[in-house]
Amino acid sequence: MTLAAETHGFLSPTGVEIAFLLVGLVTFGAALVTVTTRQLVHAALWLVVTLGGLAVEYLLLTAEFIAWVQVLIYVGSVVVLLLFGLMLTKAPIGRSPDADSGNRWAALAVALTAAAALVWVVVDAFRTTWIDLDGPAAGSTKVTGESLFQNWVLPFEALSVLLLAALVGAIVLSRKAKANATQAGAAVDRARADRTDTAATAAEPGKDGVR
Amino acid sequence: MHLAYPAVLSALLFCTGLYGVLARRNAILVLMSVELMLNAVNLNLVAFDVWLSKTAEETLHSGQALTLFTIAVAAAEIGIGLAIVLAVHRNRGTSDIDKLRDTAEGHESEGHETDTPATETGAEKAEATA
Amino acid sequence: MTTTTLAVLVPLLPFLGAAAGLALGRTAPGFVRPLAVLPTLAALALAVVVAVHQGGDEAVDAATELTPTGSVPIELALHIDGFAALVAVLVAFVATCVQIYSTGYLREDPRYPSYAALVSLFTSAMLLVVYSGDLMVLLVGWEVMGICSYFLVGHYWETPEARAASLKAFLVTKLGDVPFLIGLFALATDAGSFRITRVLGAVANGGLDHPTLIALLLLAGVAGKSAQFPLHTWLPDAMAGPTPVSALIHAATMVAAGVYFIARLLPVFEASQAAMVVLAVMAAVTMAGSALAALAQDDIKRVLAYSTIGQLGYMTGALAVADRGAAVFHLLSHGAFKALLFLAAGVIIHATGTNSLAAMSRMRNLRDRVPDAYWTMTVALLALAAIPPFSGFFSKEAVLGAAEHVTAGHTGHAPAAAGWIVLVAGLVTALLTAAYAMRLWLLAFRGQGAEAPDHGRQPVTMTVVLWVLAAPSLALGGFAYQSFPGWFDGGDLGPTLTTSVLGTGAALVGGIVTYAAWRHTTALTARVPMGAVAAHPEGDAGQVEAEAIASHAPAYGDVARAADPADPGRLLLGPLHRHAAAGFHLDAAYSALFVRPVRAGARLVRFLDREVVETYVRGAGTLPRWLGVAVRRAQTGNVQTYVSALLAGTVVLAVAVVLVATGA
Repeated sequence: MTLAAETHGFLSPTGVEIAFLLVGLVTFGAALVTVTTRQLVHAALWLVVTLGGLAVEYLLLTAEFIAWVQVLIYVGSVVVLLLFGLMLTKAPIGRSPDADSGNRWAALAVALTAAAALVWVVVDAFRTTWIDLDGPAAGSTKVTGESLFQNWVLPFEALSVLLLAALVGAIVLSRKAKANATQAGAAVDRARADRTDTAATAAEPGKDGVR
Repeated sequence: MHLAYPAVLSALLFCTGLYGVLARRNAILVLMSVELMLNAVNLNLVAFDVWLSKTAEETLHSGQALTLFTIAVAAAEIGIGLAIVLAVHRNRGTSDIDKLRDTAEGHESEGHETDTPATETGAEKAEATA
Repeated sequence: MTTTTLAVLVPLLPFLGAAAGLALGRTAPGFVRPLAVLPTLAALALAVVVAVHQGGDEAVDAATELTPTGSVPIELALHIDGFAALVAVLVAFVATCVQIYSTGYLREDPRYPSYAALVSLFTSAMLLVVYSGDLMVLLVGWEVMGICSYFLVGHYWETPEARAASLKAFLVTKLGDVPFLIGLFALATDAGSFRITRVLGAVANGGLDHPTLIALLLLAGVAGKSAQFPLHTWLPDAMAGPTPVSALIHAATMVAAGVYFIARLLPVFEASQAAMVVLAVMAAVTMAGSALAALAQDDIKRVLAYSTIGQLGYMTGALAVADRGAAVFHLLSHGAFKALLFLAAGVIIHATGTNSLAAMSRMRNLRDRVPDAYWTMTVALLALAAIPPFSGFFSKEAVLGAAEHVTAGHTGHAPAAAGWIVLVAGLVTALLTAAYAMRLWLLAFRGQGAEAPDHGRQPVTMTVVLWVLAAPSLALGGFAYQSFPGWFDGGDLGPTLTTSVLGTGAALVGGIVTYAAWRHTTALTARVPMGAVAAHPEGDAGQVEAEAIASHAPAYGDVARAADPADPGRLLLGPLHRHAAAGFHLDAAYSALFVRPVRAGARLVRFLDREVVETYVRGAGTLPRWLGVAVRRAQTGNVQTYVSALLAGTVVLAVAVVLVATGA
């Protein structure tokens, strides 16, 4: 390993490395835009770019299964969920001047310090470490599947229980919130009290929005 | 490939997500930043797993397995998180984290906020930026 | 029964009576009066039997040690010599009279049961002091008397005067008791025992290392208990108590205890010439000052109180010239006539509804209203003024004779200077005593003006007691002066010609001058109307007296004096009258010297505590509160702020760990 690293200097990058660097720059830039843009929907879209870039990085690291899972779950579902959330919470479309809180400078300081510390440590530790990407892919579907269902069955099943719990939890949260909202509405406006039995209908979010 | 590349990228992404978590006002944007941080970790895991699987004789591919778990957990987390944000938004009419300061020192009644979010917003914003 | 057993019973019976009275006071009110009178009466009978058994012979000594008490043993000891036997008879006699009198005097008082029990306890304590052969046991009785006097003087605790007087009596006597206690310990350390016989034996062998110190320390306690200058101030104020209590305290018990104590331990005092001179000076100042003050008082009981102080001065004077026979002789006769004076004064106060002599001098025919009190008080006042052949004459002549004896230098026990001091002061006081006795008698019984109010006959228990006490006042001295030396040290107590002529002459002069002054001023009586009487003349004597005491200060502006131009004392004393009425401003002086500095010190301490110490305490609380306020500002309610701080801290920690790990 050490010998391998000696034969591969940073000033003579391989093709994979160049590709990785370029995609990494795009990913990082997209991530920066995601956390700084004042347009909320754009942030979600830039997040798609970031996550997609990461999927490419996974491919470059020969972890193809992870890459497709990334595309499927993150780009496919998580971002869609986020966009739904933005819409449901009446996120303003277009530039919103108060997208960042007053905490920003403290956050920036913390983030920069953390970045400096992490990069320094990581570079210091793995400066000479070399990944040999030749040979069979490390993360093909076959390999991953064997590993997952031979060595990681129990955590896998536990994870399915966790997902179920999260599913139930999300539903419970939403329903409880609706009931509370109904009560609050009744308390605020006595005139609408007779309509509380219809409060659980799908029209409720819209009604909230009117308020 | 040098291990330093993915590791550094991972660190930078993590810190970007960190900044977003700390600096963003909208709860959904905070959730996005959390996703960024999780992905940074995932990248880390995958990179090290690849490195280990090439150098070591026998591995459990624990990095990739954990990445899969993380992705699943992240999906669950985003579901629950969005449910919470929606519930808060329904109750308070806002999803700004700045305005959810019920635990603040000297905080007064919260029922007030529900009724007149518009009048409170300016004052709380001033307080938040002060 | 042996003499010892009888002697033990003498203090024990009143004690048991007191305990039973306190226990049964509420449940069985019918037993209260018998329980008050009978044990005291039995104690009197036993004391007489003990005295007869003892007969002035060798002292009866008995001792038992209950438990070992270390290097200096404390024993339950009896030491009954002639002094103890006779003083015990006097104590029991006066206490019996007082108890019988009180049944009439306080017949409607709701607190009578506790009062009677306390009087019994008081009597018991005094008898314990008298019979005790051990200084520690004596001290027990001594202190029990102190607390009993506190309760009894404060019997009318509804009035502020009584509350203040009881506290004052307690505190002033305690002020003397502290050095007294130290003196007792020093004495016992030097002598190696608390037993009086052993102490006296040690003194006789010259075993005392610090005789002057011990004598002076003991003297402080005696001055407090026996109301000698400068600790006498409690006694006039103690008149706020009921009259029978005054009689008991003044005649036989508390104030007599100090004199009796010195008489017991006279050799200890004789061992120090300085102490004897101090004692003489104390006696002289007390005698003369109190007689002057008595001449100016308006409250009939305060006159008697100051006369008590003066007569006690005679006793300490006799002790200062090392003649304890004379001292105890005067103690006995004084106990009889002073008890009579007080009890008669109680009758007068009840009859007139006032304790003010100025008011009495504006009442006609008081002597017809209270003939018993009139005759017996006349006898007692003659005894007080030391007119022969009343008992006071013989005892006072014994004192003056002893002093004259010392001036000639015939004794090695007392310095001649002490003799001169006591003799001169005694003669001056004899004159003044006759003067104030005359004034009291004239103002009380020769008043002119409105008819004295008629409240009917006095209770028979009160008047009979007066006649019982009149007998010893009249005749004790004459009969006893020849037989007492056998009971005492054997010294001659008979009157000598020189002092008799001088003393009687002084008394006659005082009486005549006062009479002349009274003739001169009495015409003014009608012109200046004065007088305030109690609002409930039909109540029992105790209630009348309480009201009279409470109304004196509002009516006349002062508890001690009244602005009466018809007062012969005012004419006689001239500009001194104002100061004498206030007890020569000793209370004010004490207030300025001790009370105010102590109060100022207390204020200073309070200031230091509140402003200085508490500032630190408050500062200790304020600083964390400010810190809390500062830290509280971090509680913004914004989760992102918290996370920022958390992550910043994490980064710092991580960097620190890395630095440490890399050894940088």
